[in-house]
This record gives sequence, C-alpha cells and structure tokens, in this order.
Amino acid sequence: MPSSIDILWFIPALPLLAAFIGAISTQRMRSVASGSALSAMAVSFGLSCIALKDALAAPGVHQVNNFSWVSVGTFNLQLGFLLDPLTAFMLVMVTFVGFLIFLFSTGYMKGDENYAKFFCYLSLFAAAMLGILVSNSLLLTFICWEVVGLASYLLIGFWFFKPEAAAAAKKAFITTRIGDLGFLIGLIWLHSISGTQLFYNNGEGFLETINLVEATAPALFAISAIGILLFCGAIGKSGQFPLHVWLPDAMEGPTPVSALIHAATMVAAGVFLMARVFPLLEFGSALTVVAYIGAITALLGAVIAVAQNDIKRILAFSTVSQLGYMMLAIGVGVWEAAIFHLLTHAFFKALLFLGAGSVIHAAHHEQDIRALGGLAPRMKITFATFSIGMMALAGVPFLFSGFWSKEAILHGAHTWSVSHIPFYIGLVAVVLTAFYMTRLMANVFFGKPRSHAVEHAHENNWVMTLPLTLLAICAILLGFLGTPAFPWLQAKLLGKDLSGALEFGKIFEGPGLMITSIVLVALGLGIGWAIYGFRKRERFGDADPLEKRFPGLWSALEHRLYFDELYAATILKTNSLLASFSDWLDRWIVDGAVQLVSKLGTLLGFINRDIDEQCLNAGFNETAEEIRGIGNTYSKAQSGDVHGYLRVMAWGFVAIVILVSIALNI
Amino acid sequence: MNLLPWTIYISFIGAFLAWLGGTRSAGLARWTALLAALGSLGVTLSAAVQFQPAAAAQTLVNIPWVPFANYHLAVDGISLTLVLLTGIAATAGILFSWNIEKRTGEFFALFLALIGGVYGVFMSADAFLLFVFYEIAIVPKYFLVAIWGSTNREYGAMKLVLYSFAGSALVMAGLLWAHAAGASFDMANFVESARTFTAWQQIGMFALIFTGFAVLAGMFPFHTWAPTGHVAAPTGASMLLAGVVMKLGAYGCLRVALPAFPEGFLFFQNIIAGLAIIGIIYAGLIALVQSDFKFIIGYSSVSHMGFVLLGLAAATHQALSGAVLQMFSHGVIAGLLFAVVGRMVYERTHTRELAYLKKMPLHRLLPFAAFVFVLAGMASMGMPGFSGFPAEFSILIGTWQHSPGWALLATLGIPISAAFTLRAVHVSFFGKADIGATTPDTDNEVHPLPPITWPEKAGACLLLLVIILIGLWPSLLLDWIRPALESPLMRIAINGAAQ
Repeated sequence: MPSSIDILWFIPALPLLAAFIGAISTQRMRSVASGSALSAMAVSFGLSCIALKDALAAPGVHQVNNFSWVSVGTFNLQLGFLLDPLTAFMLVMVTFVGFLIFLFSTGYMKGDENYAKFFCYLSLFAAAMLGILVSNSLLLTFICWEVVGLASYLLIGFWFFKPEAAAAAKKAFITTRIGDLGFLIGLIWLHSISGTQLFYNNGEGFLETINLVEATAPALFAISAIGILLFCGAIGKSGQFPLHVWLPDAMEGPTPVSALIHAATMVAAGVFLMARVFPLLEFGSALTVVAYIGAITALLGAVIAVAQNDIKRILAFSTVSQLGYMMLAIGVGVWEAAIFHLLTHAFFKALLFLGAGSVIHAAHHEQDIRALGGLAPRMKITFATFSIGMMALAGVPFLFSGFWSKEAILHGAHTWSVSHIPFYIGLVAVVLTAFYMTRLMANVFFGKPRSHAVEHAHENNWVMTLPLTLLAICAILLGFLGTPAFPWLQAKLLGKDLSGALEFGKIFEGPGLMITSIVLVALGLGIGWAIYGFRKRERFGDADPLEKRFPGLWSALEHRLYFDELYAATILKTNSLLASFSDWLDRWIVDGAVQLVSKLGTLLGFINRDIDEQCLNAGFNETAEEIRGIGNTYSKAQSGDVHGYLRVMAWGFVAIVILVSIALNI
Repeated sequence: MNLLPWTIYISFIGAFLAWLGGTRSAGLARWTALLAALGSLGVTLSAAVQFQPAAAAQTLVNIPWVPFANYHLAVDGISLTLVLLTGIAATAGILFSWNIEKRTGEFFALFLALIGGVYGVFMSADAFLLFVFYEIAIVPKYFLVAIWGSTNREYGAMKLVLYSFAGSALVMAGLLWAHAAGASFDMANFVESARTFTAWQQIGMFALIFTGFAVLAGMFPFHTWAPTGHVAAPTGASMLLAGVVMKLGAYGCLRVALPAFPEGFLFFQNIIAGLAIIGIIYAGLIALVQSDFKFIIGYSSVSHMGFVLLGLAAATHQALSGAVLQMFSHGVIAGLLFAVVGRMVYERTHTRELAYLKKMPLHRLLPFAAFVFVLAGMASMGMPGFSGFPAEFSILIGTWQHSPGWALLATLGIPISAAFTLRAVHVSFFGKADIGATTPDTDNEVHPLPPITWPEKAGACLLLLVIILIGLWPSLLLDWIRPALESPLMRIAINGAAQ
C-alpha cells in the first residue's frame, strides 16, 4: 500500500479535476458540476484524514516528495509535497469546511444561471488552497498562492453585473498582488542565498539549513528582510493592516464564497505560510514586525466592526481582527497557538458566515442589520447555531472553542519578552469583539422585524441547516483539543510527545490572566446588551445609540477610518498622475522628437529634390516615377510623402556607408 | 533535421502560390497559405522531435554564395525555439486573417514572404545573410500595414518602416565596420575576431549594432513605432509584428551584439538595463490610461519586451534563458491578445474605443472571446500556469544574481501589468450590466454579433494550448535553450557580465 506522502498530490488534484469538469459543463449539466465538486471534496477529505493519521503517528517528522520543475545548468527549481502535522491538520480543516460550504452552496446558488461555473471556480479555489497546504517548495506555494488569488477574483466578481462586485474583485486582486510582490522578491532573494526553494529536503531544505547559518550582521539583515518580504505576501492575503481594505469589499461575492474564502481558508493562507516558514522568521528580527502588525490589525478590525451596518461586513472586519490575533501569536513566537486559533476560527467563522447567508437567503437578500430584526423565533436552527458561533468568537469561557484558542494567544503574548503592548492591545480587542457581536445579535435576532421581507422569513431547508449544525458542534468541541490541561494539538504541531496524560490542575494555568479575560468578555457582552439589548431598535431609520452620543467618532468608524479615501487620494492618485504623465510624455516628447526628425527629413527631401532635378539626369527621375507608380497601385490612398522619407532614408544609408568606408580606409 | 531550411523555401513557394491562387479565388489563396504555414510548422516539429540539444549549432547548409558571405544556415536550441514560435504564430496569424477579402492572394503572399524572411533570420549562421533575411522581413510589413491596415495606416506604416530602416542602417554600418576591421561575416568567425578588437572599436560597433536591433525589439525610447504600428496593422500582421518581428530585434541583440563585443556590452550594460526597466514600467503606466483597446495591448508588448531586454542586460545564464523563453511566450500571448482585440472584437463591433465597448454586453455577445481574453490576460500578467510566469520568473531570478536592484525595480511592472490587464478585461468585456436577466435595457438595444468562426476558434485553441503547455512544462523549451547558451560563442557574454 502506498504511503500517504505518495498519494498526497491527489488531495489538490481531485478538486482540480472537478474544476475542469465544471468548466466544460453546460448549464444543463449543472448537477454534474456540483456533484463532481462535492465528491472530489469528499474524497479529498477522506485522504486528508488518512494523511492526518499517518502524520500523527510520527510527529516531528517531515515527509517529503520532491521533483524538479525547471533546471538550467546548476540552477534548479524544485517543487515538492510535504506531510507533517501542520499540513495534515490544515488539510482536514479545509476539506471538511470546504465540503460543508459546497453543500450549502448547492442550496444557496440554486437559482443562479451560472451555477456550473460557480462550482468550477469553487473547485479551482479549493485545489489551489490545498496545493498551498501540501507544498514543500516556496515556489509551489507561490504558484498556488497566485491561483488562489485568481480564483478569489473570479468568485468575488461572480456577480460581475453588480458594479460593486466587479470593483471589489479588481480591488482584491490588485491589493493582494501588491503584497505578492513582496512575496516574490523574498522568494527570489531567498533563492539567491540558499539556492533552494524547498522547505525540507532531508537536511538540505532551507528551513533545515537556516540553523546552520552563521549569525553575522549581513546574514541577519538578509534573513530578517526576507522574512518581512514573505510577511508582505501574508499581509495581502490575510487582510492585515495596511492592506486590509480589500477584505470587507470582498463581501460582495456570494455568501458561501465569503464563508469559504474570506473567513475559513484563503485568508488563513497567510497565517499558514508564516507558521510554515517560522524557523526562518525566528532567525531574524522579522517576528517583532509581525507581532505589531498583528496587534494593530486586531484592534483596528474590532474598532471598525463596531460601526458597520452590513451583517457580512461586520463579520468581515471581525475576520480582519481575528487574523490579527493569529499574526500576533506568530509574532510573539507561539505559532502553534496561531494554528489552533486558525482552526477554531475557521469553523466558527464559517458557521457565522453561513448563518448570515441563511439569514440573507431567508430575508430576500437583505443584509442591513437595521432592516432585519426579530428573526430568533422565525429561524430557530439558524439562531441557535449562530449564537454558538457568536459566543465562540466573543470568547465566552469554557464551553466554546474560541475561548481556549484566544486564551492560548493571550498567554503567549503575555509571556513575550520584548514588549507587553501587543498583549494590552489584544485585551482591548477582546472587549470590543464581545461588544460588537452582541450588537449584531440584538439587531438581527431580537426586537421586531423592521422590513417586510423579514416578517415572512422562515427557516431554510436541510442542505443549509445541516452544515450549520455540524459546524456548530465543531465550534464547541474543537476547543478541547488544545486546552492547557491537555494541549494535544499544540504538542502534535510542535512534534513533542505529551508528557503525562490529562492534568486537570493545569486547566486554570495562569489564573490571573484567565480571570482578566473572562471579566473583559463579560464587560463587552454587558455593555453591548445594555446599549442594544434593553432598548431595541424600533425603525430602520433610527440612529444608533452610540451615533447619538459620539457622532464624529461614529462617522469615522462607519467610513472605516477613511482608509479607502486615503489610498484613493495618495497612492491611486499618484499612480494615475504618473500614468497620465507618461502618456503625455510618450505622445508629445518621445514621439514628438520622432515627428520633428521626420519633418526635418521632409524638408531635406524637398531641398534634395530640387538638387536632384538639376543635377541628376532625367532617367533617374523616370525610374523614380515608375517606382512611385508601383507604390501607388499598391496603396490606393497614397500620400507620396512616404516615398520621400524612404528616399531620404536611402540617401542617409548610402551616406553612412560611404562615411564608414572612408573612415576605415584611413 | 536537414529539412529545417525548407521552412524558408516552403514559405516563399507558398507566397508565390498564394499570389497565383489569389488571382483565381480567395479561398484557394487562404488554403494555400494555411497549408504552407502548416507545412513549415510540421517540418519544424519533426525537426524538434529529432533535435539533440547541444552547445554547438548544427549546420544545416553551407554553400558559397557571394564573395564575402556564404549561404550558411544552422540551428541550435535558441534558433529552434524561435523557429517553432514563428511556425505557430504564422499558422495562427493565417487563421485569424481568414476573413480578408480585399486582394486576398496578395495579402497572403506578403504574409508568407515576411514569415520566410523571419525563418531565415532565426537560422542564419552568417551575419550578412542574417541581415539580408532581416531586410526581406521588413519590406512586406510596410505593404501589409499600408494596404490592409485600419486606423491611421499610412502613418503607422511609414513610422514602422522608417524605424526599421533606421535600425537596419545602424546594424549595416556596424557590420560593415567590423568587416572592414577584419571580421569575416561567418558568425563563428565574426564573433571570435570581433572579440579581439580594441575596446573602443567594440564599443562603437556594439552601440551601432545593438541600437539598430533594439529599435525593432521596442526598446525605450525607440519604442513608439510599436503601438502605432500594431494598432494600424491588420490583425494577422499585428500578430506577426508583436509575435515575431519584435523578436527579430531581440534575437539580433542576443546573437550578434552581445557575444561579439564583450567590451562594448560591459560599457553599455547599465544603460541597457536602465532603458529596459524604464520600458517595463513606463509602457505599463501608459497602457493604464489608453482609451483604445489595441493601444493597451501595443503598450503591454513594449512592457513585456522590456523583460527580454532586461534579461539580455543581466546576461546571467538564467536571465538569458528566461529572455529566450520570454520571447517565445510573449510571441504567443501577444498574438492571442491581438487576435481577440483585432479580429474577434473589432471586426464585429467596428470600434476599439473602450468608451463604446463598455456599453456593449460583450461577455454575453461573444462569450468565447471573453473566455479567451480572460485567459490570455491572465497569461500576460504573469499568472502561474501560463508561459509568461516561468519566463519572467527566470529573468527576475537571473537578474537578481547580477544586480538585485534591477530585479527589484523590474518587479514594479508586475502589479502595473495586473492593473492594466484587469482594467481592459473589465471595461471591454464586463463593462455592461447583464441585460435581459434582471432589467430590460431600453437605452441601448443589443444587436447580436456574427458568431465566432471556426478558424478563429482553431487559432485561439492552438495558441492557448501552447501557452498552457509551456506554462506547466517550461523545461520543454528550456532544455533546448540551456545547452545553446553554454556554447563558447555565447559564454563570453555571460562571463563578461560576471566580471
């Protein structure tokens, strides 16, 4: 029986095949497209489980399978596949969440006229994402990374007839590509230093040799710079400050897309990459940058989420904020906590997005929380599961997974030797998270319906509620994989054996910290309920209580702190000015010079002609006329000038030849 | 292998037959031309299958011709790559010119004559012969643009020919100078004796020959012929111009100027790199604000050829192999882009103005064109999976070895190229709301456009197939190119750069 590493490539290849089938399926064969996509994901999920079993049997071992892609002389670009617990956990998560979201999509996208194409794009996305996970080569990661960007572009712009969707797709693609530029430069730089693209290669991969590098100042500088450049790619993909602007706009895509790409998987690719190249980051001083960018993003996302009114945008900013937490964890050196949070977040955020999708579907595409309301009695399953997701996100203690993973991150930040600032920023974001999620719940599910569509909303069918239920169960259970009492997940990721079995005593490790964060969560929930729960919104047009109190601040938050406006006024403006200037330069200066030369040539031609007519015999002129005549028959509308130019050219040519031969004969 | 020179003869014979056939019926001319192009492509493919990559060029034919030059054709991996490109571009170009009704026979005759010249350039092992073929390729393009062209065709044709002749005058002057100084025209001898010239001689000759060839490669600031020429040309001719004619220039630089005059090359290396980088960024920025669809593609060609020139300037092994791969890749991708814009869109809508195209639901009227253009656009912006990625990646990684700063500056072209390509895709094909599905459109009635014909589909599929095949498996070509760069004739330039 082949070992998992040999069949690992099937995991991305199957969805790729499904994407191909989807591409050639017509609208009439729509069920073929969705069926192949679903079954590819199901089989990939099965294979991922086998791979996980194998990987867990040997934690700390990196199984690889490499091959050469391009080799030019000594220059060799290798690609390869890698299996270790990090890859395996991610594979299982992506295929499982992916499968559920595919299933949900069969219901959500039912009426769409491009149904088959939708599943083609989804499968393409899944293939590329799984490719990133199994890659053992930074180059293969980059290749898949770009394809993920492409698939995301196609999916955000899926409803391209909505101008906002088309604009959002373009924005997402170009913004992430700016980050990818850093990735590409880092990749090339790394290759020029290490000569390999492979992560692991039996002691020769760059993550293995990095420890052998002598810590001289130039080496430290180069490796730190490479780490930061790779982090640029992650900033773009994972929506970190200052490239976070595309992620909320990406919510213009269909809701399953938001759930799959912009919550659970694609945005996690940046965090995954950072975890993968962690040995490299650790070597230089890139981690400090990662920690601060992560902390800023965590706070920024949470602050802006407070004042948004679109249900998906609130969730989008909360994703930005949670990704910030994960980066913070990487930055302070606890990458296993980042992956723990990544996994729990993937489940509860997919749950929240699908829940939002369920609400939107039932409410006839109403997404504004001011127009929703009173949905709890109308959509019981959605309400129950959404509440679980909300509590997991807010970090409600003990029962919910988000609590444990966030706790692991805060614990890591607390013990970070460099600075405590990221830790305090993290604590503030905890309060805010609980607060804005309470606001969301109160507005959407409680009070009374504030629009006609909502009054008649009812629960969706099983293809939509089943994924919600399964994800809700995961959102609870997954937390127990990584509690301080039994940090099984972390141990496996780090390749350590679990010393001793369950230690219930350790569950309250660092009680001060845990109590602090429980108090902060309670504070956030309490304030949220005090403002939005007791006095519920009456009408769509009512101003938000906070808006009445702090109109200036509210408006700034509502406009997302004017980041888009700032970029439009600076970067985009500069770029378009430069472009217009180049265009002007090309038309008037570069081409103008050419025009001037040809005008002078014409002038010279006229002078020459006069000389010709007097100095040369008539036979030459006759021949010239003949040539001119042939030319005329060839090109009906003839200016005659062209031949003048040609003649000047010919004379010039002869003159050069004569000059050169004279010069050489001396 | 020995059949390879027949690509040239088949093209010229085909040109004559197409002209004869054209006097009887247009269809006869078309099929003759297609058969000739396919025949050459077939010869190339069969030679490619037998090809054994080696450092030395394999002589195909070497017979005395004129007193100072032999008719000497030879092929190595670089030549073969470009000969293959020519065959593919010619076949696709003829398929996309299927609808030419005006003087069909003459069109295809000139088209094939141009192709014959291009084949000749890529296989010449004699500098004088190379120059002669180069001139043969220049003349037909003037007529192709001036007679069958569109917007501003006289102006475009004039500019094109002026630039080409100015370039070839410089090349001729350089070659004559070198010859007078004691180098015979046979390439091996030419390169070896030219290397012994004094530094100042080499600098002078390099300046003349490199500049002359670089004009045709679209090097800034001699690039302005390219956008206007591409725009004015009929579709098939734009495909050839961008697809192979620009490569003639780059090939001349790589084959003649770089290896023969190492001192000259080192003297100008930084300037060439600087101009190449300016070209990449500057042309990309200009493409961002064009209102004419074809101008966007025209300027994007200049930008992508900047990568070729950058690879030449860096002159490391990887950079050079990347540059040759980029010549191939850009030839195919630009050809496809021009085919979509010029043939599929323009000849149906009769406009290339983005402002008008924006008002048509083109993705619905021409779904096949939209599909092809999106893929070609992705390829053009260097998306992995398409041939542009391994090419530009090799160039960047090779350039980095010589000078990280150059590579850093050149990467700025990447987001710019994504930006202008996406703009073109959005405005042209997806600019208009989906009509009929949601709201009936009253202010702009949609007339169905003529459907995409089979030659267009065949041509597009051929080019797409090549783009994806090389994108996934670049070693196919790199395995040919690599040994050729190791030949002693090429190696000096590489080592020269490392000094």
